[in-house]
Amino acid sequence: MPLFDCNNFYASCERVFNPSLNDKPVVVLSNNDGCVIARSNEAKKIGIEMGIPAFKVQELFRRNNVAVYSANFALYGDMSRRVMSILSGYSPLQEVYSVDECFLDLAETATPKEYGLRMKEHVGRWTGIPISVGIAPTKALAKVANRIAKKYPSQTGGCYVMDTEEKRVKALRWLSVEDVWGIGRRNAVKLQAAGVFKAVDFAEMPESWVRRNMTVTGINLQRELNGIRCIEFVEEEKSKSFSVTRTFEKEYGTWDEIKERVVTFTAMAAAKIRKQQSLCSRIQVFLQTNYFKDTEEALSRSVEVRLPFSTSSTLEIVDFVVSGLKKIYEKDLHYKRAGVTLYNFTDEKHHQPALFPEMNANPRHKGLMNAIDAINHFSSSGGIRLASQDARMFKMHQEHLSGRYTTDIRDILQVRGE
Amino acid sequence: MRKVYASTQIEIYKPEFSEVEISLGGSVAAGPFSNVDDFASERIDINKLLIRHPEATFYARVRGNSMLGDFNDGDLLVVDKGEEWSHGRIALCYLEGEFTVKRIHLENGVCMLMPSNTSYKPIVVTSENTLIVWGIVTYSIRKHP
Repeated sequence: MPLFDCNNFYASCERVFNPSLNDKPVVVLSNNDGCVIARSNEAKKIGIEMGIPAFKVQELFRRNNVAVYSANFALYGDMSRRVMSILSGYSPLQEVYSVDECFLDLAETATPKEYGLRMKEHVGRWTGIPISVGIAPTKALAKVANRIAKKYPSQTGGCYVMDTEEKRVKALRWLSVEDVWGIGRRNAVKLQAAGVFKAVDFAEMPESWVRRNMTVTGINLQRELNGIRCIEFVEEEKSKSFSVTRTFEKEYGTWDEIKERVVTFTAMAAAKIRKQQSLCSRIQVFLQTNYFKDTEEALSRSVEVRLPFSTSSTLEIVDFVVSGLKKIYEKDLHYKRAGVTLYNFTDEKHHQPALFPEMNANPRHKGLMNAIDAINHFSSSGGIRLASQDARMFKMHQEHLSGRYTTDIRDILQVRGE
Repeated sequence: MRKVYASTQIEIYKPEFSEVEISLGGSVAAGPFSNVDDFASERIDINKLLIRHPEATFYARVRGNSMLGDFNDGDLLVVDKGEEWSHGRIALCYLEGEFTVKRIHLENGVCMLMPSNTSYKPIVVTSENTLIVWGIVTYSIRKHP
């Protein structure tokens, strides 16, 4: 069971289209150029921390000549699909675990190391993205093997195979317990309090303790570290729902503020389902308050809206979302997070309209939505929006955005011929 | 796409019927075209013709005249990173901080980047300038106004 993980993925994507950045410190900032969300090895070395607000490290950037980029998710998404597609060719079973990681179900091979290196070379040559490969009997151990491959590239060549008991024990002695995949911060604290600091100590703890303190998830994890497969393979299916959920940059309280945010999320989700030619007939809207200081708990409310027909029109979906939102919105609360999920999809092509026109989506919206999507695709400044969305997108701070080299014909590489 | 005739002068391909929508699961109305399913095949897809390795294919735009004869200013290039580079192939190269497109010339262990336009000088690749062969140009597309 191998795990493939792209090295410093976002920073590596920028390097593909700007090779002068090779060997130089590169960082990528989150939306609005807020925080550092990716670092090249060179940037890690000079002490730039993950998640640190950019304004706090401006001086460090300047002194070390750090190449700073605004997140270019159009580019990263496309590069990720290329990498995943190449790797999927090696196995009928692939689990894309995140934008830059996937598990494959590989048949036993006599020479796993060579096989892993070959895949790494394939991805590197075709896409320019460096990856690390960890091969081990279980998912949790593959995570550990991958970490070793990444940490010791010169010794492993970027591919580590954990194929003996000796190697397993050695790796678990090396790994701190808080770095075990899926252990979580809370469990790490518990374990440390019980005198468990290395992964190997956790693997050897009595099962009864783990069951009592960490539930069945902990048991599975422990078994996996001991080489027993029990975390199932999750295969990707065609999207059956689409969510847009965001944490606000600050707390919002008034109806107008909350409504604007939720309508904006709805417009994003509706555009996504139109892209895969789905219609939805159910919507879930949720609101979450900030953590209350005294109870350390957030209040979360959600509502499901059942639509009388299936639609992908932003205008229609927004109406239903707002009616649902009215039911869960409460004055005088400080909201920190909200989201919209569209589901119960039917295929646009095979949709059966109802007998009575008033039970159907407005057929004229389809042309309108197509036109809006086409304009928004080509617009760099936010495109067409509903009046109930404010102009915040226009204000998005992306001072250091690279080109959408692979998804927008106007941004492709320009080749000088002098 | 199916070839139905070929001579030294011309090749003729079977026309496509994919404009006819075929409903899935529903009944097909009977009529003069009721056997259209038998001929259903995909329309000629230029992507399939031009792209051998989809995951490794990128596009670039030519600027300047150094490749005149092969490429004009403004031509769109199909670049395949999955192709092997070798003597005589046209490559998208990264040299001294810039992308450039040139033909690779290998002779007696010396690598040169040849412009197609003879009024430009070949570039000799030495140990001092790091050359990255980024990808191989497999097709070029030109608009004829």
